[in-house]
Amino acid sequence: MKSIFPKGVIDKITGKCLVLSGNDIDTDRIIPARFLKCVSFNQLGDKVFADDRISLKGTHPFDLKVNKGSKILIVDENFGCGSSREHAPQALMRWGIRAIIGNSFAEIFYGNCLALGIPCATISKNEINNLKELIKQDQENIWEFNLKQQLLNHKDNRISFKIESGPLNMLRTGKWDATSQLMGNKEELNKTILNLPYLNKFN
Amino acid sequence: MSSGTLYDKVWDLHRVADLPGGSTQLFIGLHLIHEVTSPQAFAAINEKGLKVRFPERTIATVDHIVPTTSQKRPFADPLAEEMLAKLEENCTNFGIKLYGLGSGNQGVVHVMAPELGLTQPGMTVACGDSHTSTHGAFGAIAFGIGTSQVRDVLASQCISMNKLKVRRLWFEGSLSKGVYAKDLILHVIRNLGVKGGVGYAYEFAGPAIEILSMEERMTICNMAIEGGARCGYINPDEITFEYLAGKKNVPTGEAWDRAVKWWKRLSSDKKAQFDDEVIFNASEIAPTVTWGITPGQGIAIDECIPKTEALKGSELSIAKEAYSYMDLKPGSPIEGVPINVCFIGSCTNGRLSDLKAAAKIAKGRHVARGIKAFVVPGSEQVAKEAKKEGLNDLFISAGFEWREPGCSMCLAMNPDKLEGNQISASSSNRNFKGRQGSSNGRTLLMSPAMVAAAAIKGQVTDVRNML
Ligand code: SF4
Repeated sequence: MKSIFPKGVIDKITGKCLVLSGNDIDTDRIIPARFLKCVSFNQLGDKVFADDRISLKGTHPFDLKVNKGSKILIVDENFGCGSSREHAPQALMRWGIRAIIGNSFAEIFYGNCLALGIPCATISKNEINNLKELIKQDQENIWEFNLKQQLLNHKDNRISFKIESGPLNMLRTGKWDATSQLMGNKEELNKTILNLPYLNKFN
Repeated sequence: MSSGTLYDKVWDLHRVADLPGGSTQLFIGLHLIHEVTSPQAFAAINEKGLKVRFPERTIATVDHIVPTTSQKRPFADPLAEEMLAKLEENCTNFGIKLYGLGSGNQGVVHVMAPELGLTQPGMTVACGDSHTSTHGAFGAIAFGIGTSQVRDVLASQCISMNKLKVRRLWFEGSLSKGVYAKDLILHVIRNLGVKGGVGYAYEFAGPAIEILSMEERMTICNMAIEGGARCGYINPDEITFEYLAGKKNVPTGEAWDRAVKWWKRLSSDKKAQFDDEVIFNASEIAPTVTWGITPGQGIAIDECIPKTEALKGSELSIAKEAYSYMDLKPGSPIEGVPINVCFIGSCTNGRLSDLKAAAKIAKGRHVARGIKAFVVPGSEQVAKEAKKEGLNDLFISAGFEWREPGCSMCLAMNPDKLEGNQISASSSNRNFKGRQGSSNGRTLLMSPAMVAAAAIKGQVTDVRNML
C-alpha cells in the first residue's frame, strides 16, 4: 500500500503506538550514513534503523509483527540528536510514523519533523513509563493522538502531552509548510536587505 | 532574555517578519550547499516550479562522498558519481557557483568557505549540515538546517526559526602546552553534556579564547553542536580581521574600513545580558579523549574510564551501552588502549594548523607497526599550503598516508571506513556507533596531535610527553 504523507491541517492521528526505548538515539542510528547516498528520499523507509535491526535479528521494535503499521512512535530522551540530516525523519515518515512522543528531542530533528508535518510531543518520564505499561497491556493498541486536546486517548486512558504553541498552531492550521509563507513578505524582505551593511558595500 | 549580545544584534538585523506559527522569518546572508543534503531540495524546487531567489548567495562544493585516493571521474562508486553529477547539474541550471574537484578551492564546506572569505562577521550562515556552527568563529550566526529548510532558503533566502537563548561560556587562564582547542571543546561537552546546549547559542569568550587563532576558534565552534547548541560564536576582534584581510570575497579599500568599523560594533556589549553563564579555567584542561559512544563521554588522558558507581540516571545507561560497544572496562585507564586506525582530518581538525600540530609529533618518528594512519587535508587550499611546507613528505616518511581533500573517515559516505570492530583515534567530531563506516567500529575522539601520538605509539598516549 502506498502511504499518504501528511498534508494540510493536522488535528488527529489514530493508530498503533510503537515503543523504542533508549536515550540519545542519534540520526546515524535512525538512518546509517551509508544510506544517505541517494538523490531522492523514496527508498529510505525500509532502511530506518538498519544497523540496529540487523544486530537484533528480527527482534527490533521496527521488525516486530505486532508493531506493523504503527503510526505513533514513543521514545525517551534527546531523540534525533546528531546530524541535521532530514533523511532521519524522512525515513521514519516513509516507514509510516506520523507522530512522535518523547521526553525530549534534538532541536534540528524537531524542526525537520515539523517541516514534514510530523508532530513531536513531549511528556514527562513518569508518563512515558506509564504509557509503555499501558501499551504492553493492550494487544489492540489503538490510540488517538489528538493535537487539539494535547491528549493521547485510548479507551479510558487520557495521557496529556505538550507541543509548543508555535508548532502546534502551524500543524493545526495546516501552515507547517514554511516555503509559501517565506516567499511572501516581499516588502519586509527588501527592507531587511537594504539594512544589511554587507549587502550594501558596508554603507 | 538576552540583550546586547552579538547574537541579539545579528538576529535583529536579519529578522524579516513574524510568522503565523510564532516563529521568525530570518534572512540568510550566506547559504552553503553540498552534494548530500541538496539534491532533494532542488527536486522540490523543480517540482513546485520555483526559482532560486538569490543564486549569488548560495555557494556549493563537494565533500562528503569524494574518494580521497583517486578523485578521477567517474568515481568508482556509481552512487557517489550520481550525487556529484546531480549537484553539478543543479548548480548549472540555477546559476550557483560550485567549487568542484580541482578548482583549487574544493574542500569540506566548513573549511573552504572561510578560506574564501565567504564567512564574515555579522552574517547569518546556513548549510544543510549540522557543523555549520563552525562559521560562528567569525562572529556570524551560523547553524545547520534540514533539507526542507535548504529548499526554503533556495526559494526565499529565508528560513523560519525561533530565537535561541544565549549562554556565555567564559574561559579564564590559557591552554597549557600540548592542550588544544579540541581538548577545550571536548572538556566543555564532557561537563555540560551533549544536551546541555539544547535551546542555546553558545558564546565562547574570555582571555583563553581571545588569544586563539581563527583555526582554533573554528574547531571550538564546530563542536558546539555536539554539546547540543545549534550555534556557537566568538566575538570578532583583531585576530578575525587579520585572518579576513586580503581574502577573496572580502571588501577592500574604504569598504574594508567601513566593514571593520561595523564588525567591531557587533561584539557583545560590556553590559550585555546573557540567559546563562558558565565559567571554566582553561589552564586546568588536560588532553581529552572520548572513551564511549557520545562526544560527552570524554576524560582527561590521565583519568580512568568512569566506574558505574560514579554515574547516575541516564548517564549510567548510556555508559553501560558504551562499555559493551567499545569493549572497554570501567575503571581502566584510557592511556595505553591499543588502536588500529588513525585519522587526521575533518571540518573539526583538517586545517593547516591542525596538520602542523600533528606533523610536529610525527617528525623524525614512525607510525607503529600494523597501524593504518592517514592524513586528509580539509581542502585543496590546505593541501597546497601543507605541501608548500613539506608536510606531505614529512607525514609520508613517518609512515602516514597522504590523501586528497574530503570528509573521508569522519563518516562513512566514501571508501574510507573502519572494518569490523577496529578502533580508531580520530580528529573528527562524532564517535556515534557505526559513524566511521563499520556497524561495530569504534572511535576515540581527540586532538590531531594526540592522534599523531597514538599512531606513533600504537596506543592512546599523552602527547605532552612527546613534545
Ligand atoms: S568532515 Fe565530517 S562533520 Fe564535517 S562536514 Fe564532513 S562529514 Fe560532516
